[in-house]
Amino acid sequence: MEQTFFYILAVVVLVATLLAITERHAVHAIVYLATSFFALAGIFYLLGAPLVAVFEVIIYAGAIMVLFLFVIMMLDMGQPEKARGPSLKEWWPALLLGAIIIGAMSTLFATNLPETLAKWSYTDARQFSRVLFQRYGVAVEVISLQLLFALVGALYLGRRKQP
Amino acid sequence: MIVPLTHVLFLAGIIFVMGLACAIAWRSNVIMILIGIEIMLNAAMLAFVGGGSHWRLVDGQVFSLVIMALTSSEVSLALSMVVYLHRRKKTVNADEFSEMKG
Repeated sequence: MEQTFFYILAVVVLVATLLAITERHAVHAIVYLATSFFALAGIFYLLGAPLVAVFEVIIYAGAIMVLFLFVIMMLDMGQPEKARGPSLKEWWPALLLGAIIIGAMSTLFATNLPETLAKWSYTDARQFSRVLFQRYGVAVEVISLQLLFALVGALYLGRRKQP
Repeated sequence: MIVPLTHVLFLAGIIFVMGLACAIAWRSNVIMILIGIEIMLNAAMLAFVGGGSHWRLVDGQVFSLVIMALTSSEVSLALSMVVYLHRRKKTVNADEFSEMKG
């Protein structure tokens, strides 16, 4: 049952991401990407990480994608007739590189397959926050400093020039 | 763990390749490069969560939270930079931003 859900969500993620990266219209690409992130949140939940799934929906689909949408609308890029997608000349290095990476990965996974299914585990918020704040307390401090720096930098870059 | 770890890693690898292809193919559009970076970081998060679920450690989820914080600060800085550059040159073409003074 859960396996079926996993594979359905994996297909949804792959198709939505593929549509997002080939879409010429920037707003449509963002909406496809939000779909992909929702499906990825479902995968995180199935993998026993409900807190990460919730954060994925709140932060990625809720905050970051809306930030992208705001910027695209602010810069007035939402006109498909003016947008120009990459030509075939620009696609082939990406396709070549992707084919090489996927081929290497397939051979790696086809050679040794220790199919040991560990027992399904579920991490609730208590365990998660215990590990986060006890073992990785320094990381939380560093993250908060980094967010502060990003805030200050964004405010500096986004200020209006003095007349 | 409901599926083998290799399937999760394979999915993460394909998503990563898609993000890489997006960042390479749309290299003349700053916004699409940022979207490609987002997709790649998501694939890394999926790999971390899958590993944490396989070995039954919470550390993978903690690191995916760190990646999320990194991504949000990176996106906010990069998008404010895009707005700033667009205000100066009226374009989001990455080739236009080849000089520091302008």
